[in-house]
Amino acid sequence: MIHTEIAIVGGGPAGLAAAIKAARLGAGVVLIDRNDYLGGQLIKQTHRFFGSKQQRASERGIDIARELSDEVMANEKIVVMAEATVLGYYEDGVLAVEQQGKITTIKPQRLIVATGGAEKSLLFPNNDLPGVYGAGAVQTLVNVFGVKPGNRVLMVGAGNIGVIVSYQLLQAGVEVAGIIEAGPKIGAYWVHAAKVVRAGVPIFTRHTIKCAHGEREVTGATIVQLDDNWQQIPGTERLIDADVICLSVGLTPLTEILWQAGCKMTFVPELGGNVPLRSEGLETSVPGIYVAGDVAGIEEASAAMMEGALAGLNSASSLGYTGPDLNEDRANVLEQLEALRSGHVGEKIRKGLAQAAL
Amino acid sequence: MCQGSESLTVICRCEDITLDEVRAYIDKGITDLEQLKRLLRVGMGPCQGRTCTPLIVNELARATGKAVKDIPLTAFRQPTSPVKLGILAGGEGDD
Repeated sequence: MIHTEIAIVGGGPAGLAAAIKAARLGAGVVLIDRNDYLGGQLIKQTHRFFGSKQQRASERGIDIARELSDEVMANEKIVVMAEATVLGYYEDGVLAVEQQGKITTIKPQRLIVATGGAEKSLLFPNNDLPGVYGAGAVQTLVNVFGVKPGNRVLMVGAGNIGVIVSYQLLQAGVEVAGIIEAGPKIGAYWVHAAKVVRAGVPIFTRHTIKCAHGEREVTGATIVQLDDNWQQIPGTERLIDADVICLSVGLTPLTEILWQAGCKMTFVPELGGNVPLRSEGLETSVPGIYVAGDVAGIEEASAAMMEGALAGLNSASSLGYTGPDLNEDRANVLEQLEALRSGHVGEKIRKGLAQAAL
Repeated sequence: MCQGSESLTVICRCEDITLDEVRAYIDKGITDLEQLKRLLRVGMGPCQGRTCTPLIVNELARATGKAVKDIPLTAFRQPTSPVKLGILAGGEGDD
């Protein structure tokens, strides 16, 4: 059994930021990630981020991932367990981890769960045909492995991920037949949406996919318009030729470990599904268990990094670690989070978070 | 444009369970995720329900008129990911 001060599950933006902040205060950290690289979804993000300088605006996710993982790897207070999957949390506060065919148990004094989210799916006839992908899978193929998923893509969902992946497909030389969005408006930031619109990609709001076509693989789809009650309007069907249907219909928090630990959970649609109740300092209802990033509610990577930083600072300071800049650092992170969630774009998140406060 | 008896809507990809199968059980009065899981194996495959559970919960909410948050979920048992029996049987590493 490994004993550590802080265990962090997940080496994406939240987990990396948490590890760095906790280790800088002097705490010993074990960082567990199931992949053979750190950075989580950041490594697929070739576009520039928004926000202020402190929120890493105009940097690309892939560069941020490299910088954060370099710092984590170089810090001797942090032990990285890569290709390691947490199989469960047990009532005596022990994590079981499978790594390269072996089971290890870890007993941390504090636990930060930064497991991220999983893609949601959609129900329509023929949704199991080869050629139906999640947007995350398409982004992995194109941006990580340099493999085209097909030649002509129908994107389902006009949120940031759908629109950004559409643009990245265009950059990779893949045709985008169109983007459909069930809601009345494009959810993505306009700067992203404007790029695909300029490239001539039609965006159909208030549309959904009625069915996919194809015998052995996707050859197209029928899309249909929705009325104000989300019902399909007969006679508005339209056939789209495509060999890939890419689903970008949102994410949901990956919370198994939190359920196993007995954290109080609540269903908040604005945050993507069931999320843990948490204090402002990101501690759950189970003392010593913290959350950060998408597992606490689906947001952007910039917010995940800030939450990670906050959970890292708070878990380490609860163990008695401190530093001359601790209070200032913590106040600064809270201020950044508030800024990221301010204004019109943050309205949904603010509404969601209000329901998840402990 | 979307007719054809062979076109199926799959709700649980791991166990290859269709939306029609789930709805048929719901129509018989089985409006509880736990029972659907036992009868149909939905959510018991490699992904452990990460994809299908929210979809089935939506179906249950629609059929029963309950809010999604009032549909009870099933237990999140360990292990959360598939693990080979040999690895489990091997026990903890050399420490």
